[in-house]
Amino acid sequence: MSPKHDATLKERTTRWMQERYPLDKVTGFAEKKQVPLYHGTIWYYFGGVTLFLFLIQVVTGILLLFYYRTGADQAYESVRFLMTEVQFGWLIRSIHSWSANLMVFAAFVHMFSVYFTRAYRKPREFTWVTGMLLLLLALAFGFSGYLLPWNQLAFFATKVGTDIVGVVPVAGDFMLNLLRGGPNVTGATLSRFFGFHIALFPGIFTIILAVHLLFVQVQGMSHPLGAEEQAPDKTMPFFPNFVLRDLLLWLIVLNVLALLAVFFPWELGQKADPFTSAPAGIRPEWYFMFMFQTLKFLPAHILALEGEVVGVAGFGIAGLLWILVPFLDRKSEKGRKSRKLTYIGLVIVIYIIVMTIIGYVLS
Amino acid sequence: MRENTDQSSRRKALNWLLGGGVVAWLGAILYPVVRYLQPPEMPEAVVSSVKAGTVDEVPVDSGKIFKFGNQPGILIHTPDDQWRAFNAVCTHLGCIVQYRDDLDQIWCACHNGHYDLQGRNISGPPPRPLEEYDVNLQGNDIYVSKT
Repeated sequence: MSPKHDATLKERTTRWMQERYPLDKVTGFAEKKQVPLYHGTIWYYFGGVTLFLFLIQVVTGILLLFYYRTGADQAYESVRFLMTEVQFGWLIRSIHSWSANLMVFAAFVHMFSVYFTRAYRKPREFTWVTGMLLLLLALAFGFSGYLLPWNQLAFFATKVGTDIVGVVPVAGDFMLNLLRGGPNVTGATLSRFFGFHIALFPGIFTIILAVHLLFVQVQGMSHPLGAEEQAPDKTMPFFPNFVLRDLLLWLIVLNVLALLAVFFPWELGQKADPFTSAPAGIRPEWYFMFMFQTLKFLPAHILALEGEVVGVAGFGIAGLLWILVPFLDRKSEKGRKSRKLTYIGLVIVIYIIVMTIIGYVLS
Repeated sequence: MRENTDQSSRRKALNWLLGGGVVAWLGAILYPVVRYLQPPEMPEAVVSSVKAGTVDEVPVDSGKIFKFGNQPGILIHTPDDQWRAFNAVCTHLGCIVQYRDDLDQIWCACHNGHYDLQGRNISGPPPRPLEEYDVNLQGNDIYVSKT
């Protein structure tokens, strides 16, 4: 027999592909890639966890689409049908909701770990910026998805959230109309949010995610400040060592997710009614809580301005500075850690935690 | 030399034409899209008066949300047996307010805003008072109209 016939199916497939596409370049890259080992290596995993939870969102989101119907007179009923009649419908929805929350949490952990280790410094400024855009999109995903079941809680959260957009000077009214599809939160708003949530945001998110991951692959993992980029003391091969560890963690996350979804299933609540009072205990998703609580504490007027205008402007400016932090931090580029930035980061983390707790305890 | 300047000015003109063309082309695409995204104004019958409910429905020291055109209104039967009506949209961030019989106040659950029974913002974040409506009783029916 000629050696050609000895080749296994796998070998023949590989050869067939190799004749057409430069597969060896990809495998060569994966083989050579090394992950630096430090005591902070644990933080390298949170980006991957966020990615995994995003993939779960895509899958469960598509499954939900098979039953969900949009429109003020159908949305709530279709979700109730999904949860009470469809086999495992409650589970799919519960996983989608829980995974969304865990994804935002993982993204926050990822972001703060990058901030405190200064991993955003040169040459990774745009990895930080694309990451921040992804986080903002994740929040937009959460905000738009929250309304889709058309329940009371979501209705008022959307009323408040979009009203905040209306506070923006000059373009406020235009953007409010754009978001709501009219002056009030109605079925038109629901249609738009549905479009944002299942088409517009996923499209943009996927593109930015691809760029973000490409940057990470091209530049490799960052090293702690002061450590030599070229020759770190210890490394671990990306494949298979790091990938297997990644997969193990994904498996753990999947189990945690399943436990949460089964034992704490997501509630549906009351159907939205545009002509009832906002119920006591109204609140947004936890990741908006610190801003929501801040708006509660602000007085009606600060100097000549309305309180909420000051609050919204404050958060807007703080967010912008946060996105630009790789360009503002001059010290880390030279291998030194700015104490000031560490303190600012700590104050922000503490502020978010304290305001979130107050928000839940007071309501 | 002359030929050169001729060429460069011709190139400049062409660049301007090309750039202008691209801008005009983008504008021609974006304009209809932006206009499309702005919902059309719905012609609405102007409501100046509405039946908000009946006297039996709203006992002393309670309130009721009613529909005033496309806006929610709140009708209040005060502890001293007076009738008041306001626009129920909180002046802070647009939630719908409610009557609190334990405080004898109008209250917004969203950001803990308080109004007195004249609709004045007395504590919390609301920046302005609620718009007040006129209340008229005709037998058992309660009519509310814009002042």
